[in-house]
Formats: sequence, structure tokens, C-alpha cells
Amino acid sequence: MDKFGFTISKGRQINYDQNDRRIYNYIIENEPSFRNCIACGGCSGSCSAGNFTRFSLRELNILINRGENDLPRTNLKKCMLCGKCTLICPRGVNTRNVVFLAKQAFKRFDSYAF
Amino acid sequence: MKNEGKKAVWSEYQKEIADDKFFYVRSCIRQNFFPGSEVAFLRILKEVLGKDVYEHPCHTTCSGIGYHGDIVPFETAMTVVARQFALMTEAGYENYVPSCITSFGLYTEILDTWHHFPEVEKKIRKNLKEATGREFEAPKNLAHASDVIFKFRKEIAAKAKYKLINKNTGEPLRVVDHIGCHYAKMFPSKGVGGAEYPYVLAGMIEEWGGQVIDYPERRHCCGFGFRQYLVQANRGFSVACSKEKFESMQPFKPDMIITNCPGCPMFLDRWQYVINEIEGKQYGQNGEGIPVFTYEEVAGLVLGFDPWDLGLQMHQTDCEPVLDKIGIEYSPEDKYKLNSLNHSQPKHLVVNV
Repeated sequence: MDKFGFTISKGRQINYDQNDRRIYNYIIENEPSFRNCIACGGCSGSCSAGNFTRFSLRELNILINRGENDLPRTNLKKCMLCGKCTLICPRGVNTRNVVFLAKQAFKRFDSYAF
Repeated sequence: MKNEGKKAVWSEYQKEIADDKFFYVRSCIRQNFFPGSEVAFLRILKEVLGKDVYEHPCHTTCSGIGYHGDIVPFETAMTVVARQFALMTEAGYENYVPSCITSFGLYTEILDTWHHFPEVEKKIRKNLKEATGREFEAPKNLAHASDVIFKFRKEIAAKAKYKLINKNTGEPLRVVDHIGCHYAKMFPSKGVGGAEYPYVLAGMIEEWGGQVIDYPERRHCCGFGFRQYLVQANRGFSVACSKEKFESMQPFKPDMIITNCPGCPMFLDRWQYVINEIEGKQYGQNGEGIPVFTYEEVAGLVLGFDPWDLGLQMHQTDCEPVLDKIGIEYSPEDKYKLNSLNHSQPKHLVVNV
């Protein structure tokens, strides 16, 4: 930055060849209802943690689906597992179990997760 | 598909290019970035091919750089361009050849606008008449300078002193072609090969003995895009685009890159240095960068022009590896003769050594 007055921006392309989709695959294997998500955002709108933090289950769903796990890795810790998102989900996704399985998956596949 | 069918389909991707009596207009920025290229174009057309090329001393910017930078309104740009056409008409020429890809894109856009909205053309004619007293005829043929070199690629090959072949292995040089976005992405029918299969540079490479490399990000922008570099803090996005291309082409081990836009060679060349400084990466072979050339420089090299007359000393990524592979004779001590009367190498300019 000092030398040129700018740095190299990170690429924003979604590269499915390089992204790690093991977390997503682990979740849908154990909680198939995760596939039913239509990303309506009801979970995020009703989220107790989201009211005070940058936590959004909808965002996590999209990123985990893409295999972009950096943000979910840290943000998952903000969920309090209260289950309000599960009550409100119009597609019947067991969202609390999704969060639980995501934490398990990070623990299993990623030694830096928790 | 039968060959006849292929030929029929491919014929739809061709464009008409005039063969003589060119009204040549220079680029604003190429004259600073790679000044030897435009001189080489004129030398090739006039001295090697014996064509009639005219340059008007009153030619100005086409204002495309301001138009795409959102500071010049379209109507102003059209009036400026109308004045350039008036210069051509006054000089008695009909075949307009811009050196710049963005100019070519802007001229194409304006002619297309006038085609669909004749009342706009009428208004611009009135603007020009009131402002300068000039009148104009629209060009009979509009071709980018790379189209013209493409048209004469076989004639150049016939007179070539060198080929794009590695003299040590006998293998064709592996060449990446990079087409400026404003060449055919806006108006595909105005470019050789359209937006999908631009052949203007690939045709030159094949004719002059090289091998064209097809790689995943071949059609990606170089990152030049005016808004991306005009503000210094935004230039990280510009580098990111070039980096995407370098990482995509690197596994194919290219020997060189050839471009037809003013900005692309500048940024593909300079950003290699910047990426090396920031991240310590080099994308060429043997820890070197990938030399980047304009099509005029490559045409000049195969014709046997002196590399330093072509302005190759203006490149930040050294071109010598390619010159050595082809076997081009050059004098290393003359590299900086334009910068120093005593031919000594200016230490403050030494990069990538």
C-alpha cells in the first residue's frame, strides 16, 4: 500500500473447482431438509443473535452452499441455538440442526474451526 | 459440420477492411505508453507495403477516455468525432483507421447511433457547423489498425525475416492473444471473428509461425477499464483482473502476450511488475515475467526491425527472452540510447532484472 497507494483486490469469482464443499455435503447428508431452503431470509429476520451481531443464517446457507467457508467458520459461533428460525421457516428446514451439523462439520474437516 | 457449412458460418464473422488510402488517427495514450508502435505501423504500411496513409496534424482526442470516464457527455463526444470525420473529408480520404480500441468502439457506437437515429446526426452536423464551420462525410470504411495489419498479415509473412518459432527447439512460440474489450464486445459484427471468436490477433500469430494458446480466462478484461484505474485507490481491482488472467494462462507456459488495445499491453506489462513487488510472484518461465507486445511491435520484429526502434525498451517486463528465443539480433548496449546520450544504462529505471 505504501509503495503504490493500493493493494491487489481479492477476486470475487465463485470457483467451484477450488472451493471446499465438504461442509455443505456433510450437512445435506445428515439433514436433507437443508436442500429445501429458498433463501427467503425468515431465519435471519427472526434471529435473536442477528439482532445484535452480523449473524445471518441465510447468508451462511448461501456461502456454505458455494463452498466459501471463511465467514461461516467465524459467524457460526454467534448462534445461540435458540431455535426461533426453525419455528418460522416456511419450508420446514430444521435450521437449528443445520447450525449444529455445520459446527460438527467444521470440527471434523477443519482443525482451525473451534 | 461440412467444410462448406463451416465456411458459410465463418463468413458471417468477417468484416470489410479497406486495402489502401487510409486516414490514420493516433491514440492519446499509446503515444506515451508505447510510442514506437504507431511509428512502426506507419513504417510498415508506407515503406514495407507501399500504402497511402495520411495523418492530419489537427487531429485531437476522440474524447472516448472522458466519455467512458463519465466526464464527457455523449453529445459532446459525437461533435468531437464529427470534427475528426470533417478533417478526413477535407483531406480527401474515406477509410478511417484509428489506432485506439476505445476510439474504434466510440466511432462504431456513434455511427450506429446515427444509423438508428438520423435526427441525432442532423443535430450533430448543426453543432459542428455552428462551432467550427466544418462539414463532414461519414467514413466509407472504419477499421481498427489491427484489422489493417490482419488484412496484410500474409504480405508481412512473405517479407518476414523471422518467424515466431523457438530457434533452439524448432517449436512454435506459445502466444497468448488479448483483444481489447471495445474491439468487438460492444458491436460483435464490427470485429473480425465477432465477440465470440475474435481472430484478428490469432490470425497474425498463426500466419507468422506462432501457436495460439486457448486458456480459460482468454476473454477476461485486462482490468484497464477507465473507472478502475483513474482513481488510484481503485487500482487494486484493475490488478486483480490482470492477476486472474495471469494465473489462468500460467499453466499453459506462454512465451509472450500480444495485444491490440492501448491499455491492455500497458497494464498486462506494468501489473506484472506490481504483482511481483507486492506478492513476489512471476508468471513466466525461469523466474521471469511474460513479455507483452503490441501487434505492431510483433509485426516489426518479424520484419526484422531493430527492437529498440520499436520501443521495446519502454516495456517494464523485459522482452529479451522472446528476442533470444526467436534469434533476433539486437544490441543490448543500445537499449537505453533514447534515454542517455552516452548509452549507459539508467540505474533508476532498472526493474525486473
